[in-house]
Amino acid sequence: MFDITLRVNGVLRQASVPGRRLLSDCLRHDLGLTGTHVGCEHGVCGCCTVLLDGEPVRSCLTFAVTVDGREITTVEGLAGPGGELSPVQRAFAECHGLQCGFCTPGFLCTATALLRDNPSPSEEDVLEGLSGNLCRCTGYQNIVKAVHRAAELIAEESR
Amino acid sequence: MTRLFGEPVPRREDPRLLTGQGRYLDDLGQGALAAAFVRSPHAHAGIVDIDLSAAIDVEGLVAVYTWEDLPERVGAPLPLLIPHPALTHGRTAYPLARDVVRHVGEPVVMVVARDRYVAEDVCSLIRVDYEVRKPVVGVPEAAAGAHLVHEDVPGNVGAHLVQEVPAADGRSAAQAVEDAPHRLTFRLGIERSASMPLEGRGVYARWDADDRSLRVYSSTQTSTSVRMALAARFGLPLPSVEVIAPDVGGGFGVKIVHPWPEEVLVPWAAMLLGREVKWAEDRREHFVSSAHERAQEQTVRVGFDDEGRVLGLDVTILHDHGAYTPYGIIVPIITSTQLLGPYRIGAYRVEFSSLYTNTVQVTPYRGAGRPQGVFCMERTMDRIAAHLGLDRTTVRAANFIQPGEFPYDQGLIFQDGRPLIYDSGNYPESLRLLKELIGWDDFPARRAEAAREGRRLGIGIGCYVEGTGVGPYEGGHVQVTSDGRVHVSTGLTSQGQGHETVFAQIAATELGVPLERVSVVTGDTRRFGYAVGTFASRAAVMSGNAIALACRKVREKALRIAADALEADPGDLEVADGVVRVAGSPGASIPLATVAVLANPLRYAFDEETGRATQFAAGAGMDRPPVDEGEEPGLEGRDYYSPIRSTYASGMHAAIVETDPDTAEIRILRYAVVHDCGKLINPMIVEGQIHGGVAQGVGGALYERMVYDGHGQLLNASFMDFLMPYATEIPLIETAHLETPSPLNPLGIKGAGEAGVIPVSAVIASAIEDAEGIVIDRMPISPSELFDLRRAPAPG
Repeated sequence: MFDITLRVNGVLRQASVPGRRLLSDCLRHDLGLTGTHVGCEHGVCGCCTVLLDGEPVRSCLTFAVTVDGREITTVEGLAGPGGELSPVQRAFAECHGLQCGFCTPGFLCTATALLRDNPSPSEEDVLEGLSGNLCRCTGYQNIVKAVHRAAELIAEESR
Repeated sequence: MTRLFGEPVPRREDPRLLTGQGRYLDDLGQGALAAAFVRSPHAHAGIVDIDLSAAIDVEGLVAVYTWEDLPERVGAPLPLLIPHPALTHGRTAYPLARDVVRHVGEPVVMVVARDRYVAEDVCSLIRVDYEVRKPVVGVPEAAAGAHLVHEDVPGNVGAHLVQEVPAADGRSAAQAVEDAPHRLTFRLGIERSASMPLEGRGVYARWDADDRSLRVYSSTQTSTSVRMALAARFGLPLPSVEVIAPDVGGGFGVKIVHPWPEEVLVPWAAMLLGREVKWAEDRREHFVSSAHERAQEQTVRVGFDDEGRVLGLDVTILHDHGAYTPYGIIVPIITSTQLLGPYRIGAYRVEFSSLYTNTVQVTPYRGAGRPQGVFCMERTMDRIAAHLGLDRTTVRAANFIQPGEFPYDQGLIFQDGRPLIYDSGNYPESLRLLKELIGWDDFPARRAEAAREGRRLGIGIGCYVEGTGVGPYEGGHVQVTSDGRVHVSTGLTSQGQGHETVFAQIAATELGVPLERVSVVTGDTRRFGYAVGTFASRAAVMSGNAIALACRKVREKALRIAADALEADPGDLEVADGVVRVAGSPGASIPLATVAVLANPLRYAFDEETGRATQFAAGAGMDRPPVDEGEEPGLEGRDYYSPIRSTYASGMHAAIVETDPDTAEIRILRYAVVHDCGKLINPMIVEGQIHGGVAQGVGGALYERMVYDGHGQLLNASFMDFLMPYATEIPLIETAHLETPSPLNPLGIKGAGEAGVIPVSAVIASAIEDAEGIVIDRMPISPSELFDLRRAPAPG
């Protein structure tokens, strides 16, 4: 067993994990953060995407021990300190960018990083940015729309 | 009156799902033991021996079970859910394989351990010796019947069904084809795909030994039916079993099957061990042990006149239903009936054989047999047009049932066991809208322009009719509590369709209360025990109408009580914003919350408000009992909606595709949808359903297939190899709506859940054929297959 310390959504968390423990399982079952979902366990669907030091990673392809001391943001950490939804979260609601909601945490984390790096993405940029996340419900159209809408909301708020 | 019905109200599910607060199956029961399964690596084999010796010392192992360990009722074959007289050889699996395995992935041993890691360690140490048998893979091998999937099912034929509607003058369909001025015969094929929700199946069970009750959470499309199946199997009193569908991460049909082996075994182990037990399916398990759909081979004989009117149609279908038939023959029944689409066909005969193969069982996947039927009919329409040199839309229009001809009886029996009678529709108007939306008449110019740049474009079309809202019934319960809140429940389940929103819209509209006061619970047998389930585009039609009817009961009662309190006539009262008022007399009003208090005469108050209903405060006359004869305490109502038969939605899609002259890459440039599901409750949600359906259709047309080798191994059982579309593969979907109300139900609505997926393969085939001038008779089609078709010698 390995003792690891992670900063998850701004809070220091400790866990004792076997070497083979996946980060997704550590977050979900050791830390009780079940917002991160597991859709394939082989890194294709993107449901388990979290931000590791700000960068989107597949938590199902990451061993928890390898991220000792690092900073992680999960879907539970995207809203503001008072619980107000982030622009990306609000845009997904406004544009009906989710149905069953299972893939949504991965899309939200991916889109959050995408818009931080590229605040006014083109259509191509958005499609490319989302091209590692599967959704079986929405047909993507409203997700793409939501990312553009989130860019607008972020721009409005930073004015 | 509060008009929420018909508005694009934001979804009430979203705040929790956007913040990681959803509760999906594997989010529950964090302390539960984990189950894992040893599954067959062979498509067809006898089980010779199961050796646990290497496994039993693993630390953290709690229990191992094989079929031999199951009590008689628990180990009995799973139920055949939908018997049919034509299903003469229905077969279902045992919860754990007994002596024989019939597809790769069939569960053989269940392991329960401290966590899933340990459970899988144990599985890997269990040795099962098999005596491998020759598997039957694919329709041709099944039909040949040289080898059998079940020894007692000759020819591998599970079911054989013929339906025929003769011509008006009594001639058979075969004769009508024979007598027609033009005749064509051809074959078509569709490969396997699957629902593939991003959340797999899962079950979590708690046995309460103190009060001998069982609570089961399942990622299911029918919690009420799982409950009844489990109570019966375990011999428990029904009231001691509760089943709850928590947030479900997509279903698309596969989760209507029940009880799954795991759904029986996990609760049984929980009862036996007195511990909480959970199983969450992994992706490979989902590929090899849940269900697939679609695969069919069709032979079409059609006769038609010079205008392209179909005088006779004779279709033979070979349907691959996999190793078992728990869901009966619903899929081929739907194919063979919904094949008729929006058309009036002179004479029709359809015959199907439903065949066993040593592959994963086939049960409904969104569309449920319709994509195959529509592919058949729409390819037929295109062939007729090509044969006669007519525009493809002209041929379709010549065959349409006209708006004045409803109700239109197709003369067949539909999947609900009731006559296939279309209730309403406007097909010519749909076609007009679609042609306008896609620019059908301008396309030749666009194609010519593209051709000048060396580009190859084609346009395609597909039309369908979808029987939705199948019975037998759903119910709704509505309760107004003394705080003015409205609690709505219905038994069917939700998998992302936004039921909490649309049912709240219906209740708020019917009762005249603000939306925020309404909360909706679905799929929880503690709240509503009588239900069928969510499938067949039925939830909005069935539960929507049931909830509306229950609300009307509540409203009537509220008006009665309020009329008493206000000393007014109930007919003069109106409800708006949660307050009952005397119309035109703003002073005389009473909040629904107070009506709820008055509806429940009390002895004991629990706050100031309820004090008004206690025995010395209430002003009721002494000549009547506090609860009048025929009344019940409380402001609540329950009602059911049971339709005479299904209501028939319809739609038409068109697409423009571009095929690369060198690489044969296929790109969809435009995709247009005209959709008619009657009255829209929430247009935003309906639109979302269509987008999602079309995307699954595009997957089925161009990317998704189950690749079995000759040994019955599924070669692409992962998301790396089963190609579901990403955002980059789905075109912009342009939509237009017609609203032809259903005369069958109080709200005038029809189902919308499956619509989007139904005609896509037909549309894309039509467009590729148009671009290439090559007959497309099988779907899905990959660039390599198109490339090969180009090089193949022209038939004949």
